[in-house]
Amino acid sequence: MKTILYIIQKEFKQIFRNKGMLPIIFVLPLIQLIILSNAATFDVKNIKFGYVDHDHSSTSRELIEKFSASTYFNVHTDFPSEKLASQAMLNGEVDVVLEIPAYFERDLQKEKHNNLGVTINAIDGAAAGVENVYVTQIIQNFNKNLLVDLIQSSGSPKIQPINIVTIPSFWYNETLNYKTFMVPGILVLLVTMITLFLSGMNIVREKEIGTLEQINVTPIKKSQFIIGKLFPFWVIGLGLLTVGLTIAKLIFNIPIIGSLPLMYLYTSIYILVILGIGLFISNFTDTQQQAMFIAWFFTVIFILMSGLFTPIESMPKWAQIITEFNPIKYFVQVMRMVMLKGSGFMDILPLLLKTLFYAIVMNGLAIWSYKKTN
Amino acid sequence: MNTNKVIQVKELTKVFGDFTAVNAITFDVEKGEIFGFLGANGAGKTTAMKMLIGISNPTSGKATVAGFDVFTNAEDIKKNIGYMSQKFALYDDLTVKENITFFGGIYGLSRKRIKEKAAILIKELGLENVANKLVGSLPLGWKQKLSFSVSLIHDPKIVFLDEPTGGVDPITRRQFWELIYKASHQGITVFVTTHYMDEAEYCDRVSIMVNGKIEALDTPKKLKEQFKVDTMNDVFLKLARG
Repeated sequence: MKTILYIIQKEFKQIFRNKGMLPIIFVLPLIQLIILSNAATFDVKNIKFGYVDHDHSSTSRELIEKFSASTYFNVHTDFPSEKLASQAMLNGEVDVVLEIPAYFERDLQKEKHNNLGVTINAIDGAAAGVENVYVTQIIQNFNKNLLVDLIQSSGSPKIQPINIVTIPSFWYNETLNYKTFMVPGILVLLVTMITLFLSGMNIVREKEIGTLEQINVTPIKKSQFIIGKLFPFWVIGLGLLTVGLTIAKLIFNIPIIGSLPLMYLYTSIYILVILGIGLFISNFTDTQQQAMFIAWFFTVIFILMSGLFTPIESMPKWAQIITEFNPIKYFVQVMRMVMLKGSGFMDILPLLLKTLFYAIVMNGLAIWSYKKTN
Repeated sequence: MNTNKVIQVKELTKVFGDFTAVNAITFDVEKGEIFGFLGANGAGKTTAMKMLIGISNPTSGKATVAGFDVFTNAEDIKKNIGYMSQKFALYDDLTVKENITFFGGIYGLSRKRIKEKAAILIKELGLENVANKLVGSLPLGWKQKLSFSVSLIHDPKIVFLDEPTGGVDPITRRQFWELIYKASHQGITVFVTTHYMDEAEYCDRVSIMVNGKIEALDTPKKLKEQFKVDTMNDVFLKLARG
């Protein structure tokens, strides 16, 4: 036990003597949270909207007016022909082109039915989907008004338009604020990346400078050394969580509905998984570069398959099975559940147990693969 | 077992793939002796030493260090030996005192004992003025002396030195050997590898390794007689060139 204290003392001294370390712990989280949370948004706004109006009627103008009034669309181009519109789409000057056919107004009144052409740039499929919804909503809305108009002008009040109105109620994130969704996830990245990189790098560094060999010729026990080495990073991980949560609350005003102790409990186990992975990597690498490369490789896979940016439910079956081995996935789920839904201990228990199991396996492997004698 | 023999090695071998780094070496080291372990670069000295200090598993053969078997009791050996590697292996970003405290702590010394030891050690090495300076800022010669003293912090029975004077000036080398003699007088067995043949003359006995095998082992005087030369340098050249 006393031996462990000597190692911890030494590690903390070295960590805080390193001039780059304090900014990494306190400034990086701030920058990462502020930049990523604001930039990594799926809100689709300022859609560049162009149209080709072959009709030039009051109805067609009214429809275009609807788009102008919407906050999502910037109506800035009136194309004289389809060809020019396609050209503009190709050049990236417009995202959405609405084509109103000739005799639109006349046909609409006569046949109560007409077609509009909508062209959407779908290179970014997700954004195109959202744009499609916006366009459809505006046209439907216009259509409803028009239907009422038509009914009134034809003077046959017997036929009432049948409308089914859905009033959505959004739970847990009422204003559909994208940041509320992203910040807990980015917090996860922060804690994960910094603890993984620092711990992985740290032991390899001792290998590089030769001090690990010096440690290996002492009678120190493997477990003492590893606990002493990893404990400081466990503390730093929890420190990062604290900094991150404070920023989330103060700057982003993200609701923290669930219990803080529960978040800390889960995080303290989660960090063990990450430290185990870090140590495991450092046991199989000889230089910090190698360790960095491998840590980076896994981080990217873990992040992209974590459900942070893309829902796991829409991944193919095999990918979903792989995500079962992704610790970041569990952490993202727990953070979102506890922070935004206020989930309690029993709700996250299955995730907690999986994480605990993972921690035991990873650290077991790490201790097993750490060899004092080669 | 002869209790005066603190290191006993028999047919010790280490094979990496199809390369035999250490080929069935046999020798004994007496208690309190300064044993010079010589050889050209790549002759297998460091590999042999690593097996004796318990950080490399031998392929075959037998060896006991301080009475413990290198195969089965490597961790017990570690309690009884000190080691100073070729590469400077203290922490550059810790001060002289902090390094002493850390290694004292790892060897399980009490706080009080560490303080005493640190005071003696700093005084002996004349490091009073830099005791609270980072080790990284010290000149190499000082670092090597500090490193040697730290390897003795837990009063080991045997100390292993792997080319301890590589790259230091003649004066510091001289001082370094004074430290070695002092340790030897206190009954500590010194096992040292070196490239400097003048240093070989300081040893009680030397072995010369060539291509993984020990080709000669005796006192410097007898070796010179045996090879009919005047200096250890010539003995080495005769052997190493084959």
